[in-house]
Amino acid sequence: MIGNDISVILPELVIAGAAMMVLMWGVFVKREVGPQALWLIALLFIGAGGWIALTGRGSDTAFGGMFVNDAFSRFAKVTMLWSGAAVLLMSKEYLMRAKLLKFEFPVLVALAMVGMMMMVSAGDMMALYMGLELQALSLYIIAAFNRDSLRSSEAGLKYFVLGALSSGLLLYGMSLVYGYTGATGFAEINQVIEAEGLPIGAVFGLVFIVSGMAFKVSAAPFHMWTPDVYEGSPTPVTALFATAPKMAAAAMITRILFDAFGGAISDWQQILVLLALLSMYIGAIAAIGQTNIKRLMAYSSIGHMGFALMGLAAGTELGVQNMLIYMVVYVATNIGVFAFILNMEKDGRAVTDISALSLYSKVAPGRALALLVLMFSLAGIPPLVGFFAKLYVLQAAFDAGLAWLAIAAVIASVISAYYYLRIVYLMYFGEPVDALNGKMPVLHLGLLTVSSAILVFGIVNLFGLEGYAANAAAALLG
Amino acid sequence: MSIGIEHYLTVAAMLFVIGIFGIFLNRKNIIVILMSIELMLLAVNINMVAFSSYMGDLAGQIFTLFILTVAAAEAAIGLAILVVFYRNRGSIDVSDVNVMKG
Repeated sequence: MIGNDISVILPELVIAGAAMMVLMWGVFVKREVGPQALWLIALLFIGAGGWIALTGRGSDTAFGGMFVNDAFSRFAKVTMLWSGAAVLLMSKEYLMRAKLLKFEFPVLVALAMVGMMMMVSAGDMMALYMGLELQALSLYIIAAFNRDSLRSSEAGLKYFVLGALSSGLLLYGMSLVYGYTGATGFAEINQVIEAEGLPIGAVFGLVFIVSGMAFKVSAAPFHMWTPDVYEGSPTPVTALFATAPKMAAAAMITRILFDAFGGAISDWQQILVLLALLSMYIGAIAAIGQTNIKRLMAYSSIGHMGFALMGLAAGTELGVQNMLIYMVVYVATNIGVFAFILNMEKDGRAVTDISALSLYSKVAPGRALALLVLMFSLAGIPPLVGFFAKLYVLQAAFDAGLAWLAIAAVIASVISAYYYLRIVYLMYFGEPVDALNGKMPVLHLGLLTVSSAILVFGIVNLFGLEGYAANAAAALLG
Repeated sequence: MSIGIEHYLTVAAMLFVIGIFGIFLNRKNIIVILMSIELMLLAVNINMVAFSSYMGDLAGQIFTLFILTVAAAEAAIGLAILVVFYRNRGSIDVSDVNVMKG
């Protein structure tokens, strides 16, 4: 019996075990083992991602339905593991320069990854909460990882306070849902809802749960922490925040809404429409005045989460499928953008001011071109993949009868194009300034190239991404 | 008058709202924010236990045990981050958490 359960959660167990072993290794070995630990954990992520992608079949549940391993969770897990590995490998040089490459960093990333995998696989509110907290507690620490920096510790503090507040909201919602439906398992909750409708107390619970989750995906009006945390954290940590946890939170919100509240789509649809609309506009308008590229990327992520939530607000299988595609494209683009940002430096000091990019095309034409592709894709300019990702979610919303939301989204996308294009404008036509002169390690150059190449050539073939996303959505709704 | 589930829910709702207000209206000290967070989680626990005993279902009490342990870990991490912040800033006033304007 227990053997079956363990074989279902084996990838999580292996990563959790490896994290603890690396922790012990780091504690008992006298010299600093940070770089080796980082490589080890990154390779483990790549291996675990490949393992899940290649061997995963059908859907299994473990521990009485608390843990679900289906095509949906596998899709999210592979995205998170591979993007997590890419971010870890990118962060090595930056952390070494900042003397931050302690072995705790990869250990915390691995524990956060276990939490994220738990989140997307949870089939019960208890399992969801434990996964969410494991992820959140690890991320609070790495936000404040540069402990001698005021900004980093302030970022950690703000993230902690607002994250704990959102956990509180989420839990209060869960307690109401538990009280009014009498169950904590998603399937049981849905049975109750389908049999007797959504009780009024559970409606309040649903609102609290969605608010708590909106904090985690940084959707407006619960986005206040995002710009400060992105700006204050060390850049590799910002890169991590912008990739794997976003995918995990989006997958988590999808699973709870469809698995537990699939019988009450009309109740949560309007909340998600509001969140999506506000996120798209706040992400587009508030980013215009930003001069720090990390803050800019924070607002950009708020806007992109708005688009992803719009796919979810459609409440259809197509919506979920297109939301997953959107998230993967967003994560892949962000890896490229952060590979670039990590190497913005002048005489060994990291620079995050956008104006430093002025006439960058003269300094490093290749890198400037790659960033141009990434920015065009983020802005959703055809014929790049970012455009098609946006088109897909727009189509899902349109098909679900949310035509006005789709139109509003196009307008928000045009507004947000301004600040993406401003970066491109600065790189090619800006005023001459003291140029950035950072050298780019081969690995970063590779990631930047691959990321921008995917966005150009992905229109021909996305390696079957659509098929995997369709399978994942069918596993959740089918 | 007998004490029914609605009384427990009312107390829990009041504690929860006090917790939220404690976070947003508090202008003095970050420790107070940590206390407010604990208050919110404890309000949830009261809810859970009240529902659990009302329905005769154990899941709520088990959930409460998980929430208690996580709340302890959360408090530990919160205080650790607060100590790091204090070393850099020399103050734990809420009004001093303002290097970045968000």
